[in-house]
Amino acid sequence: MKTQNQKAWFFVLPVLLLVAFNALIPMMTVVNYSVQETFGNNVFFWHGVGWFEDLLNSERFHAALGRQILFTTIILLIEIPLGIVIALAMPRKGIWVPVCLVLMALPMLIPWNVVGAMWNIFTLPDIGLLGYLMNTTLGIDYDMTQDPFAAWVTIVTMDVWHWTSLVVLLCYAGLVSIPDAYYQAAKIDGASSWSVFRYIQLPKMKQVLTIAILLRFMDSFNIYTEVFVMTGGGPGNSTTFLSIDLVKIALGQFDLGPAAAMSLIYFAITLLVSWLFYTLMTKDDGK
Amino acid sequence: MAKITLSDLKHSYYDNPKGPDDYALKEIDLEWSDGGAYALLGPSGCGKSTLLNIISGLLTPSNGKILFDDKDVTHLPPNQRNIAQVFQFPVIYDTMTVFDNLAFPLRNRGVDETTVNTRVMAIAEMLEVTDMMGKKAAGLSPDNKQKISMGRGLVRDDVNVVMFDEPLTVIDPHLKWKLRSKLKELHQKVRATMIYVTHDQTEALTFADQVVVMQDGEIVQIGTPVELFERPAHTFVGHFIGSPGMNVLPCEVRDGGAFFENTLITLEGEIEQGTGTAQIGVRPEFVTLGDHGLPAFVHKVSDVGRHAVVEAKVGHETVKAIIEGEAPLQGAATHLSFDPSKTRLYRDGWIATRAAE
Repeated sequence: MKTQNQKAWFFVLPVLLLVAFNALIPMMTVVNYSVQETFGNNVFFWHGVGWFEDLLNSERFHAALGRQILFTTIILLIEIPLGIVIALAMPRKGIWVPVCLVLMALPMLIPWNVVGAMWNIFTLPDIGLLGYLMNTTLGIDYDMTQDPFAAWVTIVTMDVWHWTSLVVLLCYAGLVSIPDAYYQAAKIDGASSWSVFRYIQLPKMKQVLTIAILLRFMDSFNIYTEVFVMTGGGPGNSTTFLSIDLVKIALGQFDLGPAAAMSLIYFAITLLVSWLFYTLMTKDDGK
Repeated sequence: MAKITLSDLKHSYYDNPKGPDDYALKEIDLEWSDGGAYALLGPSGCGKSTLLNIISGLLTPSNGKILFDDKDVTHLPPNQRNIAQVFQFPVIYDTMTVFDNLAFPLRNRGVDETTVNTRVMAIAEMLEVTDMMGKKAAGLSPDNKQKISMGRGLVRDDVNVVMFDEPLTVIDPHLKWKLRSKLKELHQKVRATMIYVTHDQTEALTFADQVVVMQDGEIVQIGTPVELFERPAHTFVGHFIGSPGMNVLPCEVRDGGAFFENTLITLEGEIEQGTGTAQIGVRPEFVTLGDHGLPAFVHKVSDVGRHAVVEAKVGHETVKAIIEGEAPLQGAATHLSFDPSKTRLYRDGWIATRAAE
């Protein structure tokens, strides 16, 4: 028998209110700004989709988006395989397990802005440990405040250092959940270590890897704090990613309309890619 | 196919075992002939899985040797021993199809595709899984998954021995029976040596020609299901096999006879010389209620369908009897008699009467 009871809605109400105040209403404000023009004094004029058109045709946006995509691609290509390799190499039993886990978790426990500051000091050519070592001891020209390539290498290295652990820990959790019988059966079946990885470990890690890639995509696509602290988007505009550009427009130039339009497009891209990826990765799971 | 010899096998999981308690396997000497169906039976923790892993090569024993047809394989890795093993939980390769799963052990050994095809189809036919060959193995039901993992073991024609490690644990009861008879049928068809590890006596007794009963890392008895039932060599075997298990009663040995509650009990044969705690063992199947014998009263009656299990009190001791037909009432006074040819004396658990000629 089916009972019709509408009381359940009341239980959902508090959450609804909470979400409304911390997500829906701020979001709608942004939508509101994105279709209006203002010349100050709190006077707004209807501007239609003008800001969106301007933005999509703007070279500055294209460049920032390009840098953003390049950055995310690079760090995913490094962090995911590296994370898998480290997870495979970690011990499964014994006293080294907690040691490895703690060492792995350490970078993730450090606040973003501290990471940025640490790496900034670390790489300064005259006083930083790495910067000094590279320039003076090894004689390699390395100055991320001057050279865009050095800035990119530094930011990528920093992100790899900061976040590969997340991939490692997720993959490790997937790996330790594989019963011994699988490895024993594979041994008996004469499987090579590549086959063991391809047919046992990788399929068992698929779900955690999906989550890892998703988290790393979203997080790297929205990267702000570390880069802001380290390079502030420079040298020039070479490390001005979408979020940094957005803050420049919104808070530097106080162009609320364009900034709001950019936020929405930025959000839409992140959402769309995440959704597409997740749907593709999980489409076979139900069968 | 091969004869398997285990000689002076011991295994400890500790690096420096001190006493006998540190050994998971105490001392195993066994010979299994080619093409036989054997079962290793014992409670959890008795060392049967350890023994199995030693035979398959997943573990190297601390001491002793394993021979396959007189060839020493003690230090060979599993993939060089030509063995197959079916695990408690079905191991299948989720991302592969059923066909690829069955073909996997052959392809890994570089067998050509035509042979792979014929072998896989032959095995699939035997297991009755031909209709699911193209399906992803991940979506199968547990019993079909277990069939596929059995199939991976049987698909190779060079296997020395196929080992089953409690393979029916996760299978639904009504399918257990089906898979068990399938297994028996497969054994008759492929004629490979098969070793079946279980703690379930029904599985062991129905599958095997010969059952090895283990306890605390030791073999207590090796025999056919009938031998284990009729003449348990150890009270543990008597107790572990049978439902309910053998009655084990305290007794006193004097003047060459065994006395239970001050009554002389006739045994199957002469008592062997020796010391140790003496006990009388008799299966409930061989205890009858009647007008003569040990005075007792009926303490509890449980009707299990085909027959009734009567628990009778003799003094402070409980004796179980299986009664066909009408069972006596609870509290009724009665007399018990034991079938002399099936009543034996045990010393420290081990049988201590000579078998009747």
